[in-house]
Amino acid sequence: MDDDLITMDDLTNEEIISLLDDAERLLPVAHGSEYLPLLEGKLLANMFFEPSTRTRMSFEAAMKRLGGGVVNLGDVNSSSAVKGETLYDTMRMVDGYCDIASLRHPRQGAAQYAADACAIPIMNGGDGAGHHPTQTLLDLFTIRQAHGRLDGLTVALVGDLRYGRTVHSLSHALARFDCNLIFISPSQLAMPTEIVSDLIKQGANIIETEDLYGAVPDADIIYMTRIQKERFPDEDEYAKVAGIYKLTAADLVGAKGEMIVMHPLPRVNEISPDVDDTRHARYFEQAFHGVVARMALMCRLLGVAVPGVDS
Amino acid sequence: MMSTGEMRRVTAINNGTVIDHVPAGAALAVLRMLGISGDRSSPISLVMNVPSSKHGRKDIIKVEDRELTQDELDRLALIAPKASVAIIRSYSVAEKREVSIGSELVNIASCTFSNCITINPREPQDHRLTVVSGDPIELRCRYCGRPQDMDELIDNLL
Repeated sequence: MDDDLITMDDLTNEEIISLLDDAERLLPVAHGSEYLPLLEGKLLANMFFEPSTRTRMSFEAAMKRLGGGVVNLGDVNSSSAVKGETLYDTMRMVDGYCDIASLRHPRQGAAQYAADACAIPIMNGGDGAGHHPTQTLLDLFTIRQAHGRLDGLTVALVGDLRYGRTVHSLSHALARFDCNLIFISPSQLAMPTEIVSDLIKQGANIIETEDLYGAVPDADIIYMTRIQKERFPDEDEYAKVAGIYKLTAADLVGAKGEMIVMHPLPRVNEISPDVDDTRHARYFEQAFHGVVARMALMCRLLGVAVPGVDS
Repeated sequence: MMSTGEMRRVTAINNGTVIDHVPAGAALAVLRMLGISGDRSSPISLVMNVPSSKHGRKDIIKVEDRELTQDELDRLALIAPKASVAIIRSYSVAEKREVSIGSELVNIASCTFSNCITINPREPQDHRLTVVSGDPIELRCRYCGRPQDMDELIDNLL
């Protein structure tokens, strides 16, 4: 694989499967029931120029569970970025401090830009409305754990498909595994045309609709997303679409038994708390899978082999 | 009616560059892109919308006393990818150059997407646009991956 993970295009399907195998092996390490210091002596830089809870914490948990250390950028408002330092200069500095870095940034393309500036491996933790490949890895892991496979599933992606980088990366990956994609959103939050066009060129089978409830019986996965207030140019535009989709336990009555509901979290009101107690809910497990997916990725990028169960 | 001297100026130049097979109507944009304005001292001749056996209609540009550099030819590829360029010395064609867009445009134009990391003018790394397709031209920013609107890109030439 490439030296960095910027988009899912940096991984072949075989590499994805191999990373998911490593992630599965690392489950007891992430749970804390096994100590496996594969990355002892390694240092991760967590460079989050935008707020993050799960991604930042799971990168940190992953490195520490594997025996390594972490340095954080800290609050971006008290970092050198507010003094006008360029991303280039900041990342050149980090290149000297650490062995590997995760990066989240409000500007699209920041991860590739940082990767071009640095010798150490860069992991894209979200760049504007661009890509979020480590989220995709944990999403694919969650799907494979639930369904035993990635191929040929019908996946409904719901909500903010325009600004939601999570669904951009995930839909590209699912198309590579011949999944059927149902894009469900209000028209103003539809999947960007260039992404739909790329997916069609890839041979993807896509349905675009505004109707969530009609898609429930066919779906193997319903992937809900938050309508992101912070990405809207003004409050009025946000108000028009906020709360448009709200999934409740009653809506899932006609769903397939093995259908799972996923969400990258945080949720606002798009999944009712009564879904949490159904057999379909997977979002908290999905968040936990961020630790194993990022463990496997860091081992791979740092050239450390994950030993098998019997090793 | 043109004098003999004026006719010759359109048909032949002493020293300079002739750019042929420019897409019909694009000659003024080519001049703008090359930074050639009307206030220079040497003449510029434009022939616009003339019949072409290859492309139906075409424009021709003749710039006297200036030979285009390779960097300028790379820029030319953005809006006139099928242009042919002749360097003229003493009324003869001294060199013929083909325009080729290559696989990447480095520091020719900046990305047109308003939220690209390269929008900060203080970020020092090269502006890189990847050529996805040469005909028709399709460019994407190396960093943000956004497809580039060719009309907007002309305004972003560096």
